[in-house]
Amino acid sequence: MQCCCGEENKLENRFPDTEVDLKPLDVVLEKYKGIKGSLITILQKTQEIYGYLPRRALQHIADVIGVKPAKILGAATFYTQFRFQPIGKYLVMLCQGTACHVNGSEKIEDAICDELKIKDGETTEDRLFTLENVACLGCCSLAPVMMINGEAYGKLTPESARKVIREIFKNETNS
Amino acid sequence: MRVRIGLGSCGIAAGAKKVIAELEKKLAEKDLGIKIEQTGCIGMCFNEPLLEVFDDEGKVSLYGKVTPEAVDRIVEEHIIGGSPVTEFLVSDDDMTFLTRQKRVALRNCGNIDPENIDDYMANNGYKAFEKCLKEMTQEEVIEQIKVSGLRGRGGAGFPTWFKWNATLNAKGAPPKYIICNADEGDPGAFMDRSLLEGDPNSVMEGMMIAGYAVGASEGVFYVRAEYPLAIKRLEMAIEQARERGLLGKNILGTNFSFDLRIKAGAGAFVCGEETALIASLEGERGMPRLKPPFPAQKGYWQQPTNINNVETYANVPWILFNGGSAFSAMGTATSKGTKVFALAGKIKRGGLVEVPMGIPLREVIFGIGGGITDDREIKGVQMGGPSGGCIPKELLDTPVDYESIVKTGAIMGSGGMIVMDETTCMVDMAKFFLDFTQKESCGKCYHCRLGTKRMLEILTRISEGEGKDGDIEILDELAVKIKEGSLCGLGQSAPNPAQSTVRYFRKEYEKHIYDHKCPSKKCKALLTFTIDEDKCTGCTLCARKCAVEAIKGEKKKAHTIDQTLCIKCGNCADVCRFGAVMID
Ligand SMILES: Cc1cc2nc3c(=O)[nH]c(=O)nc-3n(C[C@H](O)[C@H](O)[C@H](O)COP(=O)(O)O)c2cc1C
Ligand code: FES
Repeated sequence: MQCCCGEENKLENRFPDTEVDLKPLDVVLEKYKGIKGSLITILQKTQEIYGYLPRRALQHIADVIGVKPAKILGAATFYTQFRFQPIGKYLVMLCQGTACHVNGSEKIEDAICDELKIKDGETTEDRLFTLENVACLGCCSLAPVMMINGEAYGKLTPESARKVIREIFKNETNS
Repeated sequence: MRVRIGLGSCGIAAGAKKVIAELEKKLAEKDLGIKIEQTGCIGMCFNEPLLEVFDDEGKVSLYGKVTPEAVDRIVEEHIIGGSPVTEFLVSDDDMTFLTRQKRVALRNCGNIDPENIDDYMANNGYKAFEKCLKEMTQEEVIEQIKVSGLRGRGGAGFPTWFKWNATLNAKGAPPKYIICNADEGDPGAFMDRSLLEGDPNSVMEGMMIAGYAVGASEGVFYVRAEYPLAIKRLEMAIEQARERGLLGKNILGTNFSFDLRIKAGAGAFVCGEETALIASLEGERGMPRLKPPFPAQKGYWQQPTNINNVETYANVPWILFNGGSAFSAMGTATSKGTKVFALAGKIKRGGLVEVPMGIPLREVIFGIGGGITDDREIKGVQMGGPSGGCIPKELLDTPVDYESIVKTGAIMGSGGMIVMDETTCMVDMAKFFLDFTQKESCGKCYHCRLGTKRMLEILTRISEGEGKDGDIEILDELAVKIKEGSLCGLGQSAPNPAQSTVRYFRKEYEKHIYDHKCPSKKCKALLTFTIDEDKCTGCTLCARKCAVEAIKGEKKKAHTIDQTLCIKCGNCADVCRFGAVMID
C-alpha cells in the first residue's frame, strides 16, 4: 500500500472524467452480468477496450451490474494491473524483479528515463511511450529485461535499451 | 531430418522468432519439405535461442545462441550437407547443465510440443489419470501421494496428501473445487511459467487426479496476468482435453465429471496467499483472512477447496504412474522427490534446474550453474524471494531440503534462487525486498502495513549514509513485532530478507552506518568518483558522456571530476577504457 496524499494524487487528477464510447463495454457486461465473482474479469475486459479504466466506464459498470461504485473502485485500485489514465502507444514495462535488480535494472531505468524524459508511470508528451516498472517478467535468466507491447528484450545494457526505444521512435516518425 | 525450436517466453525474448522466420525462409527457398516443430523451455535459458536438428539416424544436435546468420549455415552445412556446424553446437561442458539434473516435474519440458496434446499422450500422458479413474479408489490415490511424501512446492511445504484427505472428508453439500496456484509472485522466479508454457497437460493431469481423489467437480487455474503465453497454451490444452473426452461429463466412461477453467490474476503479490487468492477469484480485493477454517473446509464460495502449486500438481501424474515409493526413493528423510529451481542473478548458466532434494547448494550453483559470472567471488544466494533470506557463501554446503534451508534463515520458497557476487550490496538487497513487500502489503494488518514501511525507511537512510547508531536494533525489533502481528504469510515473512542479511552481513551494515561506505559500491549516495591521473589518457570520452558536465580537462591531459556537480551515475566508470575512474 502506498500513501496517496499530495496534490497530484487528488481524486479528480487520478481519475480524469473523459467522455468514452460505452457501446463495446455493454457487450462485455451483457456476457458477464449474471455471473458471480466476475468483477475482475469485467475490469480486465474494460481495460482491454480502452487501454485503461475510464471513470465513466467504472460508473457504467456499477450501474449495470448493480454493485456500488466504491466497491468497484476498491477492487480496481487494489490490483497493479489496472490503470486509470490513458497510456501511450507503446507501453514499456521495465522489469524491477530480483534478478534484474541484481543485474543492474536501475541503470536501464536511468537510461530510459533520460531518453524519454519521463519517470515511472508517466507518458511522453507525444503520447508514444508510457514507462511502467513491473516485478518480474519471468525471463530472469536474460536479466535485465523489458517488454514493449508484448515483445521482450533481454540482456539489456543502457545503450541497447536506448537503441530499442530510438528504433521504435524512428519507425513511428517516419511512417 | 527434423528441426525443433524452443519457444518459451525466454526463447522468444532471446530472439527465437527471428530464428524461425529465417529458418522458414531458408527451408522454403531450398524446398526441403521440412516442417519446423516447436517445444517449450528446456531450461537452458543462458543458451537461448535453442535449435535442435534430428538426423535420420536418430542423432540429435543441439545448437545454442542461434542467430539468423547461424541458421543459414546450419541449413547449408548440416541439413543439406549432413555435417553439424560444430562451432554453434552447445558445448559438452554446457550439456552437463542438463545431464546433472533429475527431471520429474520438468520431464516433458523441452521434449514435447506443448500445443499438442497427442505429444503429451504419446509420452505416457493421462495414463495415470486413467488408471486412477478405472482402477483406484479415492483413498488409494491419496495413499500413493502419502507414500510419495510429496510436500507443497508453493512455499510452505505442507504435506499434499493431508490437504487432499481433508478436502475429501470435508462435510457439507457439493460442489468441491480444485485450484491451481499459478500466481508465481516471487519476483525472480519462473519455474511455474516454464512448466505451464512447456507442459501444461502435466499440471492439468495433476489437477484432474486431485479432482478425482477429493471428489471435486471443477478446477480453476489462477494465473499471473504477466504470463500471456502460459494462459494461451493452457487454453489450447484444456480445449484439446475436452475434445478427447478427458474433461467434461462422465470422463472415459466413468461417472466422474470434471472441468477446468482459467482466471487471470490482476497483479498483487498477496494473491499468492491462498485465502487472498480465493477472495480475488470471487471478484473481491485480494485480502487474506484468518485460518481456520482452512480452504479444505471452507474455500472458494465457502465450499471445500484444495489449493496446490503448479509444480506440486506436475509431480502428481509421475507419482501415480511410477508409484509413490519411486518418488520417495529420491530426496532426504523429510523432503522427498525433486525440486525445480529458477537459477538467476550473477550466474554463468542461468535457467531451470531440477535436482533431487538434499544435494548441496554448491552443486546447484557451481556444478550445474557453472559458477559466477566473470568468475567473480560469490557472496551468497537468495532463496524464497521477498519471504526468504540470503544464505552466505560459508553455508553453501547446506543441503537443499525444507528443514535445512529454514535453519539458515531463508526458506525453500517456490524455487527462486538468485546468486549474488561481491558487487551485490546486502543493505541494498534488504531495501529492495522491503520496498517490494511494503508496496504489496494489502494493508489489513497494522504491523505489516506500517512496520514494513518503517523498516524500509530505516534501510533507505542507511543506504544513503544517514544511518544511526541503534538502527540495526530497531530493525530487529520491528522484525519481531511484524512477524507476531501479521495475519498472513506475507507479513510473517516480510522481515526475513532484512533479518537474514543482518545476521550474516552485519559488518556491511556497520560500514554503511559508521563509516558511510558501501563495500559493494552499490549505494550511490556513499560513493565518490575520482580519476586516477596516472591512468587517465585524456581521451575525453568520460567528459563527453557525463550528463551534468562534471568532468573537466584538456585533451590528452588527466581529467578531474567536480564533486559538487557529480550525481554519481557511474557513466564515467562504465565508459572508461583504461580503468582510470576510481570508486570509493
Ligand atoms: C504472500 C504469499 C505469497 C504466496 N505466493 C505463492 C505463489 O506465488 N505461488 C504458490 O504456489 N504459492 C504461494 N503462496 C503459498 C500459498 O499460500 C499456498 O501455501 C500454496 O499455494 C499451497 O500449495 P502447495 O501446498 O502445493 O505448496 C504464497 C503465500 C504467501 C503467504
Ligand atoms: S527478475 Fe526480471 S524477468 Fe524476472
